[in-house]
Amino acid sequence: MGAQLGKNLIEVEGLKKHFNVGNGKVLKAVDNLNFFIREGETLGMVGESGCGKSTAGRTILRLYEPTAGSVRFNGTDIYKLSPNKMKAMRRDMQMIFQDPYASLNPRFTVSDIIGEALDIHNMAGSRGERKKRIEELLDLVGLNTDHATRYPHEFSGGQRQRIGIARALAVNPKFIICDEPISALDVSIQAQVVNLLQDLQERLGLTYLFIAHDLSMVKHISDRVAVMYLGKMVELADSEELYSNPIHPYTKSLLSAIPVADPEVEAQKKRILMTAEGGGPIRSANEKTEETTLVEVSPGHWVATPY
Amino acid sequence: MANENMANKQPLPALTAADFEPVNINERESEVIKRESLTAWRDTWERLRRNKVAMSGLIALVLIIIASIVGPWIAYWVHGYDYRTNDLLATNQPPSSKHWFGTDDLGRDMFVRTWSGARISLIVGVAAAMIDLLIGVIYGGIMGYFGGRVDTIMNKFSEILYSIPYLLVTILLLVVFKPSLGTIILALTITGWINMSWIVRGEIMKLKNREYVLASRSMGAGTGRLLFRHLLPNASGPIIVTLTLSVPSAIFAESFLSFLGLGVQAPVSSLGSMVENALTGWMFYPWRMLFPAVLISVIMLAFNLLGDGLRDALDPSLKNK
Repeated sequence: MGAQLGKNLIEVEGLKKHFNVGNGKVLKAVDNLNFFIREGETLGMVGESGCGKSTAGRTILRLYEPTAGSVRFNGTDIYKLSPNKMKAMRRDMQMIFQDPYASLNPRFTVSDIIGEALDIHNMAGSRGERKKRIEELLDLVGLNTDHATRYPHEFSGGQRQRIGIARALAVNPKFIICDEPISALDVSIQAQVVNLLQDLQERLGLTYLFIAHDLSMVKHISDRVAVMYLGKMVELADSEELYSNPIHPYTKSLLSAIPVADPEVEAQKKRILMTAEGGGPIRSANEKTEETTLVEVSPGHWVATPY
Repeated sequence: MANENMANKQPLPALTAADFEPVNINERESEVIKRESLTAWRDTWERLRRNKVAMSGLIALVLIIIASIVGPWIAYWVHGYDYRTNDLLATNQPPSSKHWFGTDDLGRDMFVRTWSGARISLIVGVAAAMIDLLIGVIYGGIMGYFGGRVDTIMNKFSEILYSIPYLLVTILLLVVFKPSLGTIILALTITGWINMSWIVRGEIMKLKNREYVLASRSMGAGTGRLLFRHLLPNASGPIIVTLTLSVPSAIFAESFLSFLGLGVQAPVSSLGSMVENALTGWMFYPWRMLFPAVLISVIMLAFNLLGDGLRDALDPSLKNK
């Protein structure tokens, strides 16, 4: 990985997604995100539960309409596309979901699940072609082709997640958002799925936005890592650089929480605790929040200031 | 205690490497699923079939439906009379070989009238439930799918309609229009669909944020596909249960209206109007009340037992709660 990095495939600029929570208050789930992802690259996105990672992913795919900002895919602003053009654009951007038990329709067979995208985009000319393509996809993710007529409840978590991956790959996407694809899986299965994702990336030249809260796994899979906190991005750097030289206090605190597989080191380790200031992401609608800007402290290492 | 057990046990023979043999595990082979593939509907049917109470309800219903279709026919074929043939020389007869359920005060055969009354009741019940289903799914589907302001306004409207006493609306309608089968069905459905629409709304709201719906949206699926391929099929369990339980309530309402004289008009028979007719002489001619009253009860019981059984079969996790 990292050798074939090319031009920017995804450019996110000033992305905001605010939810109305009533009483004139808004939840700033995603507040002013700016980043880019190069073609063939994996960008990891980490942060605690509820910091807006998943909302950011869904807004980038336009599953949620953004409050402000733009997302450019290959230079095209996807928020300005008409419904028809957006539908065509969806072939290039796909998502792998967190919960393999909730992300597959229990009334569909595996071939219906994987074939749905083919039907929506009229990608299979005939029944035979559709069947062949589905078998090809099952094979690609390491599943038995006899599984096509089975229902999701007949599979284990890891197998279901592979069905989810096959579904995302059906339309030959260039960019895939992996929304915590391994956090619901058993540790031994996590490695299988991550290896499958890396293998597919190499074979198909995919670009990933990998959302997770498992910091060691993110370090393993990502070229660069972005840290999110309360809806904002606080630090973005190459993964080696971020893990060895964290600058933002939140990043330091987060990294200090990684468990070490050595009880003696673990006992010696000092957690850096952080207190949330400003009372979290729910604000009244017209309250001014402190604007932060990203500053490049060393090449490719960006930190939000002031902190 | 534990020590004694340990002491009594023979020491295990030592294991050697020769006791083990490698199992060839082919990853692909180990993933073959042996269990027969069952669709959700087959699974439901298997569970329902094992539920004796629900199955007896289902069997009773099937028998009643068959009897209400062929019963009046058989009587016509054997004895040559229909629901309006009266024999004034044979009024208030007890059950006999000529009149299996006896006769009423005008000498009409009770066997024919009971089964043709059951036919009317079933038609009203099923028709009203089907119309409830149609309106309820459309209205509830729109409320649940679009949510927000659309949902608030539509929901308030259904709440207002629901708050008007249902009997008042029904009686007013039957007074304005001429009582007939159609009017009764209209009167029953004018408020009857509300319950169904609330069930559908709740289900759609619950399902529309499921990840498989998001996945379908991320592939570019339109509203129609989302509603008819993902949302409604997955909401079908509660919809079917509500439907099954709304049939007996419509049948009861029809019988009740007929009892009040607001239902189908003579000479057409209805279980409710037959009970009402029998009221005047029930101490002397109890069979005139017995047959229609028992039949109403059995129909309602059978539908309720089947509905409860279906609920358990469609969602096993609800059982014993």
